[in-house]
Amino acid sequence: MDTDQQVIIGLEIHCQLNTKTKLFCGCSAEFQGAPPNTHCCPICLGLPGAMPRLNKQAVIYALKVAKALNLEVPEYSEFSRKNYFYPDLPKAYQISQYDKPIAEKGYLEIENDEGHTKVVRITRIHLEEDPGRLVHKTGRDRAGYSLVDYNRSSIPLIEIVTEPDLRSPKEARRFLNKLRSTLEYLEVFDGEREGAIRVDANISIKGHNRVECKNISSYKGVEKALNFEITRQRNLIRRGQYITRETRHFMEGRGITTSSRSKEEENDYRYFPEPDLRPLRVRSWLDGVELPELPDARRDRFMRDYGISVNHARTLTGDLKVADFYEQIAGVDPNLAATWVADILLGELNYRSMKIDEIPAINIGDLIALIRDDAITDKSGVEVLRTMLDHCLNKEDCPMPADIVAEAGLGKVKGGEFDAVIASVVEANPQAVSDYLAGKKGALNFLVGQVMKETRGRADPKVLNAQMSTYLDALEE
Amino acid sequence: MEGGYIFDEKDRHNAFISTLDLALFEPNGGPLEGIPVAVKDNITTVGIPTTCGSRILEGYVPPYDAHVVALLRKAGAAIVGKTNMDEFGMGTTTENSAFGPVTNPVDPARVPGGSSGGSAAAIASGMVDLALGSDTGGSIRCPAAFCGVVGLKPTFGRVSRYGLIAYSNSLEQIGPLGKTVTDVNTLMSVIAGPDARDSTTYDRLYDHTPNSDVKGLRIAVPKEYFGEGVDPAVAAKVQDAIATLEGLGAETVECSIPSMTYALAAYYVTCTSEASSNLARFDGVRYGPKVETVRSWHDEFRDHRGALFGKEVQRRILLGTFALSAGYYGKYYAKAQVARENVRRDFIRVLKDADVIAGPTMPSIAFCLGEKSDPLSMYLADILTVPANLAGVPAISVPCGTVDRMPVGLQIIGPHFADERVVDVAFAFEQEVA
Repeated sequence: MDTDQQVIIGLEIHCQLNTKTKLFCGCSAEFQGAPPNTHCCPICLGLPGAMPRLNKQAVIYALKVAKALNLEVPEYSEFSRKNYFYPDLPKAYQISQYDKPIAEKGYLEIENDEGHTKVVRITRIHLEEDPGRLVHKTGRDRAGYSLVDYNRSSIPLIEIVTEPDLRSPKEARRFLNKLRSTLEYLEVFDGEREGAIRVDANISIKGHNRVECKNISSYKGVEKALNFEITRQRNLIRRGQYITRETRHFMEGRGITTSSRSKEEENDYRYFPEPDLRPLRVRSWLDGVELPELPDARRDRFMRDYGISVNHARTLTGDLKVADFYEQIAGVDPNLAATWVADILLGELNYRSMKIDEIPAINIGDLIALIRDDAITDKSGVEVLRTMLDHCLNKEDCPMPADIVAEAGLGKVKGGEFDAVIASVVEANPQAVSDYLAGKKGALNFLVGQVMKETRGRADPKVLNAQMSTYLDALEE
Repeated sequence: MEGGYIFDEKDRHNAFISTLDLALFEPNGGPLEGIPVAVKDNITTVGIPTTCGSRILEGYVPPYDAHVVALLRKAGAAIVGKTNMDEFGMGTTTENSAFGPVTNPVDPARVPGGSSGGSAAAIASGMVDLALGSDTGGSIRCPAAFCGVVGLKPTFGRVSRYGLIAYSNSLEQIGPLGKTVTDVNTLMSVIAGPDARDSTTYDRLYDHTPNSDVKGLRIAVPKEYFGEGVDPAVAAKVQDAIATLEGLGAETVECSIPSMTYALAAYYVTCTSEASSNLARFDGVRYGPKVETVRSWHDEFRDHRGALFGKEVQRRILLGTFALSAGYYGKYYAKAQVARENVRRDFIRVLKDADVIAGPTMPSIAFCLGEKSDPLSMYLADILTVPANLAGVPAISVPCGTVDRMPVGLQIIGPHFADERVVDVAFAFEQEVA
């Protein structure tokens, strides 16, 4: 790549911590699906006179993240008020951290586009509260008002800020995936919650002004927004135009960014220390914070203990639940299990928008056992898997593979069962038979294929090949 | 079982914003059983409108009790009403109330002081014996001095602020006002103590019986409390009071608090900054009467705040917003914190060699209504009260005679957590002159 066109990306990632209660009050943080404004109290509603009370669990979660991302925890940190007006912000300020964050200067290792290990520096992490949420009536009911739901108000967020170390949208995506999996391993984050992660991306072309893209709320969105920006910025540069230093909004639906220079964006947040909370002196707590096995360590262990390839190990450990799933069935046959989970199962789940925890591990384990024991072919295995997933998807009881095999007659055809089919195929295809006998070896494949078709894939192609050639060779004599 | 206190006092001085004709209480044998108590209108009370003396909170009925209110109810008190105050506590006269000024029961042509003027006037006029106020820069002690009652600003962190509608969080404390030091002591013992919902409280209960023995007590007398701007007649009255304490066996030492020079500036920068943030939530989305506007939310917020906040509140919000702005934070807010720290150190230093500091509460007697029309001269009147708030130390005002028939207050300031000691000194003086 032309070094003059080097892309420079830094990210600010907001993640909801999955604590039981909110950051500054005792309201339950599990509000998904709850009616609006039912997880609220004077504190998270910002009622006059209410005061914040810091959730210790959130602090411990932040320290876990700090330790996992190799950050330093200063002797003390403090909360500050970020002041701005917005209808979803009940106090008109967000309690956040400003110049004294809970942790600074760390890093996370990812792979760059060439597959090499790359260190992405983390500038800081800090704790802050989520605002409420505005709900706009749309469509025919479109009203001249907005509704406010404060259930989300004061949900703990951790903001993770990287140095501008990322060099491509793909790399940014990989960083986010790695970060997500690390946070999930730490059990401080549930990436499947709606709005669990929100990203602001700073992007520039080397030597030109930086642009901040706000409002990105999905992993895919980050890559899309960055790709759009790179194209936009390069086009401007090519035309000799100037890149304005600005904030742009990502419109997820349209996949574009638009300039946002409206009044309410031009904020001077007037940060000052939150007078209702004491400074946080938690460095000593760090010793008591224990980390679980993290994705890289687990990947290495999978390769070591199960003898599987690095690619399989990486895929399997990228998601905590997938890794746990794999370990439940690895005992059946580690390599077969790795292939089936990483190469087949994940794709089939994805196709059905299913999550791995929607299917019992024992069912997949039994399926792999059938394949290992040569009871069914790979092809039948895929069919069994699909049947099983379709049942699960429809919220029916997940059938056991052996039952599907029996019901659909997918058991591998054995020994003599072939003979009649082979004989009828040979009889029905005299041209192919004479071709084969004339030395065209390709004709054998055709004939075998016909038998496979007749037996709906239940025959083992290798065995069938041998039997068919023996049968044909016998004809010649 | 509930008891009821019939409250049919005539409110001649506009001391209350809302009153309950029948104030219910728990007949539970508590220390305040059946005793009428008035509560400043910036302290939230379930079911009783709480306005902070502002139109922007007109009609707001809190769904929860402040910690101190819950404690009052637990002690059996009958909460008879909410007292008038300068809007959000911003004032020294209680003239800045959207519900009209309070007049001084001693002389209705004069102000009662502020911002807890309603609480002091309710006591001075005999409507109640006990009231809660809040003190950000003198708002308990000033009206106590002007109306001739007793008022205590506790050590910062000694009384929970949970439910006190914030004006300047880092400076203010809820505190008791009463007819006598004993009243104040009783009320203090009910409201003080730790509260998990206020992270700035300390684990200190207040369980005290006033003791009038001041033999050997060392009283520091700062020259700044008797200097320029202090009415000589008021200064003389307070000197007499200190001499009375000497007569009881106390010793006096002269001292200086040089950081006083910057105290007012540090105070006004800090309190307006915090206020600009605290009061931002009053945007018309949740509280207050509807202000008609057909524009975007951004403009609507501005219209609402412009229409419903009083002049002084708007002035302080603007000052504070400016002081916190990018490019000015270092010049104003950050500098104010340095000055504040210097005040705190000066007090700690002086109170290492002395047990208490004594001086006038206010530099003059109560002003006439309308007399202080320019805000700066009003701010100057706070010079002797704000240092205790900046330092976070306890301070009490106790009546020590009159000048021109108007009451004068003697201010006793102690080190952090010596609330009991300032109460004792005030008690000794009160007993001696009674």
